[in-house]
Amino acid sequence: MEQKTKVTAQEGKQEVRISRVFGLPLESLFKAYVDPKIVEQWMGTKVIKLECKTHGSYHFETTDPKGNKHGFNGTIHEFEPNQKITRTFEMENTTFPVQLEFLEFQDINENNSKLEMLIVFKSVSDRDNLLKLPFAFGLNRAHDKLEELLSN
Amino acid sequence: MKLRRDVFQAIADPTRRTIISLVALQAMTPGAIAEEFDFSRQTISKHIQILTECEILRQEQTGREIHYHLNPEKLKAIADFIEPYRKTWDERFDTLEAIMKNQPKRT
Repeated sequence: MEQKTKVTAQEGKQEVRISRVFGLPLESLFKAYVDPKIVEQWMGTKVIKLECKTHGSYHFETTDPKGNKHGFNGTIHEFEPNQKITRTFEMENTTFPVQLEFLEFQDINENNSKLEMLIVFKSVSDRDNLLKLPFAFGLNRAHDKLEELLSN
Repeated sequence: MKLRRDVFQAIADPTRRTIISLVALQAMTPGAIAEEFDFSRQTISKHIQILTECEILRQEQTGREIHYHLNPEKLKAIADFIEPYRKTWDERFDTLEAIMKNQPKRT
């Protein structure tokens, strides 16, 4: 079976490519990145600030199952509705350097759209360390949220 | 001092990747491996040593000869290392899709 979400991390390169085809119209996919209420639901995070514009910035705060708070923030460099978002991403209070993200949204047809993400890291080893992170709490939260939604 | 041996460090080197692909075809003696390269035997020995310390290669003594075999489980670990990361995104995007499908349609 073809995987819906594809991740490529070429050896020796300090970047990761993520692509995904959604059974959603382009506007609907893009809205999920812009509307703070929706971002909170699927990212499993609290949105403290989300300014969707060039020179804007964002600040998210996630609480892990132990009750510890983790901050994420970044600056939005390019913002073109239904087309692209270029932004930085930083995990606060960690040793991971800031990363650069290029998000491109594409129309496939009226019911389908595609997202391509290119993430550029400070170094190859920073990338590899991030890929190896056991994203356990993120995974659990995504699970919980999905179950919550489906049981509503 | 004991150096930390990481499989990812092991496969980062092109010579070591070539050694892996050679040994993947058949078990080889260190001499046979060295013959495939223009580097000195010592250089190749060093690479073999690193691969052995990472448990990507396994030594087997047959009479007076040592043969190197590939440890497929270790290689599988490398191939799979990105999977949890992919899965995280996959599930996150599934959630996004489910939420947006439940959104009221614009009229």
